[in-house]
Amino acid sequence: MTDARSLIADLATAIAGGGIEIVDLTNVLSPDFPVIVLPSEFGQCEPFRMETVSRYDGNGPAWYWNNISMNEHTGTHFDAPAHWITGKDVPNGTVDAISPQTFFGPAVVVDISAEAAEDEDFIVTRSFLEAWEKANGPIPPRHWVLLRSDWSKRVGTLSYLNLRDDGAHSPGPDADAMRFLVHERDCVGLGVETVGTDAGQASHFDEPLPAHSILHGNGRFGLQCLTGLDRLPTFGAMIVAMPLKIKGGSGSPLRVTAMVPRA
Amino acid sequence: MTASREKRDPLARKRLRHVPSGLRSRAMHALSSRAAQGHFMLQACAECGTATYPPRDACPLCWGELAWMDQPDGARVLCETTIRVSTDLYFQNHMPWRMGKVQLDAGPVALVHLHGALHSDDRAVVRMMIDRGGNAALFAIPAGETDLMGDPQWREFIVPIQGRIALVSDARSAIGRAVVKELQAQGAELVVAGLPGPMLASDAADAVYALDRIQTIALDVTDATSVSEAASRIGGPLDIVVNTARHVRPGGVSANPGFVEQRRAFEVSAMGLSRLASTFAPMLAGRPNGAFVDILSSAALGGDASQAGFAAAEAARHSLLQSLRHEMRSAGVRVMSVFTGAVDDADHQAVPPPKVAPSRIAASVADALLNGREQTCVGDVAQDAMERWLADPALFAREKNL
Repeated sequence: MTDARSLIADLATAIAGGGIEIVDLTNVLSPDFPVIVLPSEFGQCEPFRMETVSRYDGNGPAWYWNNISMNEHTGTHFDAPAHWITGKDVPNGTVDAISPQTFFGPAVVVDISAEAAEDEDFIVTRSFLEAWEKANGPIPPRHWVLLRSDWSKRVGTLSYLNLRDDGAHSPGPDADAMRFLVHERDCVGLGVETVGTDAGQASHFDEPLPAHSILHGNGRFGLQCLTGLDRLPTFGAMIVAMPLKIKGGSGSPLRVTAMVPRA
Repeated sequence: MTASREKRDPLARKRLRHVPSGLRSRAMHALSSRAAQGHFMLQACAECGTATYPPRDACPLCWGELAWMDQPDGARVLCETTIRVSTDLYFQNHMPWRMGKVQLDAGPVALVHLHGALHSDDRAVVRMMIDRGGNAALFAIPAGETDLMGDPQWREFIVPIQGRIALVSDARSAIGRAVVKELQAQGAELVVAGLPGPMLASDAADAVYALDRIQTIALDVTDATSVSEAASRIGGPLDIVVNTARHVRPGGVSANPGFVEQRRAFEVSAMGLSRLASTFAPMLAGRPNGAFVDILSSAALGGDASQAGFAAAEAARHSLLQSLRHEMRSAGVRVMSVFTGAVDDADHQAVPPPKVAPSRIAASVADALLNGREQTCVGDVAQDAMERWLADPALFAREKNL
């Protein structure tokens, strides 16, 4: 106990003193932040909306507050296992039931920014990850795997959702890569800068939407619409990602931060 | 593109917009409600058949019951006069003003506003117009005259498009695109085309938005922030708002209600109208011929079991328009409803013909503006619905939901 107590004290000191930098990985939750667009036969995701109740005016002379509404998967958000049919029977698979312990976890950052810049439909394969491990070292167990695509730099332009006449175009993993990360590397979840953990064209894969299907079917999580992954080290960052405690919720907008040792 | 905006004396005080006096008898309001629909109707006696004007509560000849009847709109000018001085604030700003007496072919002699080219003994056509205070007024124009825009008095009763700046709230839809094209073709100085998200990468290259005198802006009527940001980007004068936003989806009430779509229909049709109106009304109120045109479904009148949520949202929209019309009356801003039945677009693939072409709706928007008509029904379905609703609302609602 004494050790843990001093650990927390040390952590507090490091955060306050600047030895540990807190990097914000969250996009601003605003009405114009794009949400995922599904084929028109399906129900659609509601964007963030904000209506002022009062702003130091007749409706509240001394106070300012807004009513807000959104989908659980709007803005920078967390996907719980229950989000997907494969995860519907995962115990404690909704955001209110997930153990809060899992909201804190180390991260490994896989940089695919060069590949994504070359090919907006870039697919992360198992062989790509194996080659990456050869160059950077193995992906440790119980880590968030964060795909740095630099896609967040497209926020505010049409190329973020990147909708074309033939659908959305953005990078993501294939099924083998997901099985590798989940079963052989025991990842906590997958974090991406794009609007979904799956690639824009992933509904056309032989195994469609593999990130959602495999992550959630195995009780793992997703983080989407992250930003600032370029400020994280490949190894050594600690992710704090706490979804709202929505009763029976499938996910939640949230503030995602990373603790990073200051160089 | 940037249009050459109207140039004004930067130090001049804001020009107050007055409207003609609004006090009228109940019988006169009955005439106004018919004029608002573009009808030329007068009361005629059920006993002796005599047509009467101005509207009364009983036949002035025999005290018989009066009923509203369509009447011939021809007339002969009896005499003319030019008013040069008035204590009325509205007319003071529009002196000199020509008026005359006409012998209506329908029978009565009427005091009318007189087109500049008309003189005593001329044949005239009398239009039943709505003045800027919202009340019916007779306006005599030369028979056969088609180009009326040169007459400054006539322009007071209509909404010119030429040289004006217009906003189309949803320019992505088939209706919206058609309205943008129509206003542009009618010579609007600038058409601001609102584009709700999400957008395709190829939208930037769309031929409609690439036309001359068109400016695209992001605008989503479900988002108050987006509406006010759009207003801030228009900045300059704004004369006309055409609200083309709608969310047509099937769904019932107890059966397959589709709450997400139903709520969205209300967000677009009802709340969207309120957001647009509250943001843009002050801009329209400062203009000499401001107008807010709203395209709504005739399902607003009696409901529609196959698209209950949409119909209910459109009914809410219809109600809000009535209130907006009241609010805008004192500023002289025209609030115009354009009713349509099923449209020949992607929203109505399940509906068999007859359907209304988006271009026809757009032409009706222009026609409503250029004739100052408050209420227009485009196509047979909307016209039939309006007639049946006016004749017997309870029967209409029953028949629509059998």
